[in-house]
Amino acid sequence: MTEALVQINNVVKHYTRGKQTVEVLHGITLAIPKGDFVALMGPSGSGKTTLLNLIGGLDQPTGGEILVDGKRIDRMGNAELARWRAGNVGFVFQFYNLLPVLTAERNVELPLLLTKMGGAERLKRANVALEIVGLKDRARHKPKELSGGQEQRVAIARALVSDPTLLVCDEPTGDLDRKTADEILTLLQRLNREYGKTIVMVTHDPKAAEYARRTVHLDKGTLVDEPAH
Amino acid sequence: MFKQIFAITLMNLRNLPERLGASLVIVVGLAGVVGVLTALLAMSEGLGATLKATGRPDRAMVLRGGSDAELNSGLDRDSATLVTEQVGVRKGADGKPLASRELVLIAELPLKRTGTSGNVTLRGVEAGAFELRPDLKIIAGRKFAPGLNEMLVGKGVTEQFEDAELGQVVRIRGADWTIVGVFESGNAHDSELWIDTDTAQSAFGRQGYSMVLVGLESAESLPAFQAALKAETRLNVDAESQSAYYARQTGGSTAMIKVLTTVVSFVMALGAIFAALNTMYASVSTRTTEIATLRAIGFGPLPVVVSVLIESMLLATIGGLLGALGAWLIFNNYAVTTLGGSFTQLVFNFKVTPRLLQAGMTLALAIGFIGGLLPAVRAARMPVTVALREA
Repeated sequence: MTEALVQINNVVKHYTRGKQTVEVLHGITLAIPKGDFVALMGPSGSGKTTLLNLIGGLDQPTGGEILVDGKRIDRMGNAELARWRAGNVGFVFQFYNLLPVLTAERNVELPLLLTKMGGAERLKRANVALEIVGLKDRARHKPKELSGGQEQRVAIARALVSDPTLLVCDEPTGDLDRKTADEILTLLQRLNREYGKTIVMVTHDPKAAEYARRTVHLDKGTLVDEPAH
Repeated sequence: MFKQIFAITLMNLRNLPERLGASLVIVVGLAGVVGVLTALLAMSEGLGATLKATGRPDRAMVLRGGSDAELNSGLDRDSATLVTEQVGVRKGADGKPLASRELVLIAELPLKRTGTSGNVTLRGVEAGAFELRPDLKIIAGRKFAPGLNEMLVGKGVTEQFEDAELGQVVRIRGADWTIVGVFESGNAHDSELWIDTDTAQSAFGRQGYSMVLVGLESAESLPAFQAALKAETRLNVDAESQSAYYARQTGGSTAMIKVLTTVVSFVMALGAIFAALNTMYASVSTRTTEIATLRAIGFGPLPVVVSVLIESMLLATIGGLLGALGAWLIFNNYAVTTLGGSFTQLVFNFKVTPRLLQAGMTLALAIGFIGGLLPAVRAARMPVTVALREA
């Protein structure tokens, strides 16, 4: 676990709101080794979601470098970045962000539509991903027919289905009760330990952070410490 | 790329039932625009077709010099006869110049629609009139007999006026006329009453004629015929082709309809564009998170734009088809009357032609495109991180 999958060097991020420029991240430097499970914690406005978005290629830094698996993603244009995300990152959101009109397996299949894979193969893979998260029997159910925990499992299956090296999770248990949250976190932990997925997770919840291998604290856009579990 | 477009479009369309009310705004709005546009154009098309069918370039109408319409023209018997003897006039089946000296008057008949009196063109014609107008067919009864108070009525007259059926007697200007036949010519003559010229002259105390219709050897003979008339010092007449006459008589009406069509269609189209924009903005806005999620996963902005456009254009197509279908069902061959060139009723049918339907659908698609484009571009350009925060 020594090779850095994500290497962030002196990253700065500014936002312009009207005439005001708000500096959200001030020169962050962080290395995330392959196979790591990192919890990003910090108070509201500390910049943790901004950092997560930069790692996942959803946003571009104002300054500094971001390398993922040796590639400079901070220099990519929007279209290239979208292609890169499709092949390398799986996203898990707080509110699951499933498409309500699609069944679980069709939701999970979505990232595979960006590949050259045939329809039968796509559905087969989607069902394998659903099996990993323990929801194979709910493949034909639509999101509104599932519980919150089940919806998040479908979202995790969707993040997994294209076999990305990096999973980016933004408050994945923020909308769940304790018991369900523990189940989801256990699942993420299993994906990290058994499947070798590198996971970066933003959370407010110290109990959730305990499932990670280590926690990185941010405050006012600066890395505070990096204690190991 | 196509898989992406297909996937997002499918998602949008599956979502439609949940946005039925908003989607219906586009459909109904476009149906209204296309329906009204098609109906107005069908009116213009029908009027134009009726008038175009009335005139032929190888027939010339000769009126008194300076007269611009049959009704205010007058030719004495000698002049009318002299006209038929000029260069360029075709010979009829009997070897005589093919011509019809005609007397045009206004008669009044009660309109079926309102019960009030409406003006009808009463045309006194000679035997040559039927050879000159081969498109005129007697569809019921027979021709009138010269010397008797017998009358032929156009099909449009029987449809629009009371007491204008075969066998009925109508009283015009103090004289009773028996309807002995109904004719159909598919043009402005369908709105006329035809009687024998000589009988008309004696019944109404007229000596001369309104105009002379002559058959030309060909359309190219017109300049020679006009020159001969000018050279004849005993005549003070103007001649023009029958098609030019009818085009001139009705140019004002068709131009007015075209202006009306353009203005009404423009205003309605503008309203429909805003309705479509509003609906599509709302439609895209309710799916901001879904679109952002797809883009986070790796879907490109172009498939988002295309899929939103497909949705708005599909809704516009449905609206356009409904409007066109409605216009076709209601207005195709719908008979109406309007004031013709001589303040007489002109009967014509709306014509909903494939060309008009195509024009209506083109407008619908254009509105759908414009209405969908801005919301589509907005959806595609919104930063993913901003869109995700709207969840």
